[in-house]
Amino acid sequence: MKEFALIFRMSKEPDASPTPEQIQERTNWLASIAAQNKLADKGNSLSAANAKIVNGPNAVTDGPYTEIKEFISGYVIIKTETIDEVVELAKTNPIFKIGGRIEIREIVKLYNHNN
Amino acid sequence: MSSDPAAGNELLPNLFRLEYTRMTAVLYRRFGLKYIEIAEDIVSETFKKASENWTINGIPENPAAWLYKVAKNKAKDCLKHHAVVETHFKETIATEKMEMINDFEFTHQNISDSQLSMIFAVCNPAISSESQICLALQILCGFSVEEIANAFLSKIETIKKRLQRARADLRKDNFQIGILNKNEIALRIDTVLKTLYLLFNEGYFSKTNSRQIRKDLCLEALRLTLLLTENPLTNTPKANALLALMCYQSSRLDARTNDKGETIVYERQNKKLWDVSLIERGNYYLIEACNRDDVSKYHLEAAIAYWHTVPAGKNKWQQILQLYNQLILVEYSPIAALNRTFAFAKVYGHEQAIAEAQKLNLAENNYYHELLGYLFASYSPGKAITHYEKAIQLTKSEAEKQTLQKEIRRLRSKGTTGTGNKK
Repeated sequence: MKEFALIFRMSKEPDASPTPEQIQERTNWLASIAAQNKLADKGNSLSAANAKIVNGPNAVTDGPYTEIKEFISGYVIIKTETIDEVVELAKTNPIFKIGGRIEIREIVKLYNHNN
Repeated sequence: MSSDPAAGNELLPNLFRLEYTRMTAVLYRRFGLKYIEIAEDIVSETFKKASENWTINGIPENPAAWLYKVAKNKAKDCLKHHAVVETHFKETIATEKMEMINDFEFTHQNISDSQLSMIFAVCNPAISSESQICLALQILCGFSVEEIANAFLSKIETIKKRLQRARADLRKDNFQIGILNKNEIALRIDTVLKTLYLLFNEGYFSKTNSRQIRKDLCLEALRLTLLLTENPLTNTPKANALLALMCYQSSRLDARTNDKGETIVYERQNKKLWDVSLIERGNYYLIEACNRDDVSKYHLEAAIAYWHTVPAGKNKWQQILQLYNQLILVEYSPIAALNRTFAFAKVYGHEQAIAEAQKLNLAENNYYHELLGYLFASYSPGKAITHYEKAIQLTKSEAEKQTLQKEIRRLRSKGTTGTGNKK
């Protein structure tokens, strides 16, 4: 099994308080993956309001979206055999209804020196 | 043990189920874990004597007291004759002060203390968790090797070997039964809860046809969990949540099967047969379980079971689905996945649920095919029958097979009277 990080990206104002229906849709999607035993880590939502960008020791700015037109709203880690499978699972995520996108990256496991 | 002449009589087997583990627990504590077999021999001989004596002299007025008295005398005799045990016994008395000196009294308090200690002795981190559960089923609940093999769907030989190894490990371990300390409790409580949970499930979803055995197993698990909540050291939110779950589930025990042992699905149960006092006790323990920020799978399952005791309302299945969503994120299991899909069907309809179920791809699981059969039944009887037939092939339970065959017959008769459905 390979592990893939699904990185959720948004470009509009984040819905700081999602509606109960939105929350329900999200947990339904997540639980559907978990029910298939393909969820490696349910991940987290990332705050867009309480955020800083550290560009260097003397260059700290507020929030991600003053600097870039896109921010990461959260991540989830899924385990499947192929990346195509993850793509299919990602297509059913409700984020597209609110104009978001998903980036998929395989997680590269560090070489284990003890072996 | 099983081939006693009083087997035709209901009393002795029932007493055996109830009293065997109580008596052994008290004796284990007196003799120590090194001499488990001696304690078991004493109790077995006691039952053998009972079956011989009672067929000749009739059943005594208080059969349990009779058994306790005989066991007590045998234990005393044994100490006289077994020099090894005697030496060990003297040593433990010397080191463990006067706590040990209430002799072999089978009082309620002594039985509960001994059983609580035994639960923790069996759930030993030195033994693999599978073996712990086997051992608990045998030592605490008096399961036969065959019943354990059934519960684990494995071969009798495998279970025998596993039990022998676990018993040897238990003997080597220096766990002092009777004195529970905080560290040991913290180390073992999760396994203890898991074992009791599995024990309850084995009774509730048992493959045996005997309704009495199933009920006894559930009640034993309930009783052992109750022991945990009665002791301040083990009265944790998780233990209360587990107890609440057991109370809610047990409240439907009598409504779940008919006289033939066939399972009655939730929707067709006679709600008048639900035990209201158990539901109320479930509510009490669920509240007890929620006095801290601790959400375990037992909390979630108890909450789901709570919603099942509530009449169908607008948001009932919505609530249940959300709880299943959480449950599956805490701990995946195929059964939880299937139950979630059932709740999903209740909220979003059968068609969407079929797609959701098929994603699970649990082709070798009988419940998977039962669920698909149920989902297809209303608009594609042919497909429903195919899945029900597959489920019949896969299940080991006779009662389940009969229930499914009945369902197939119902679908077939519908098909012929309907709009020219081919089969």
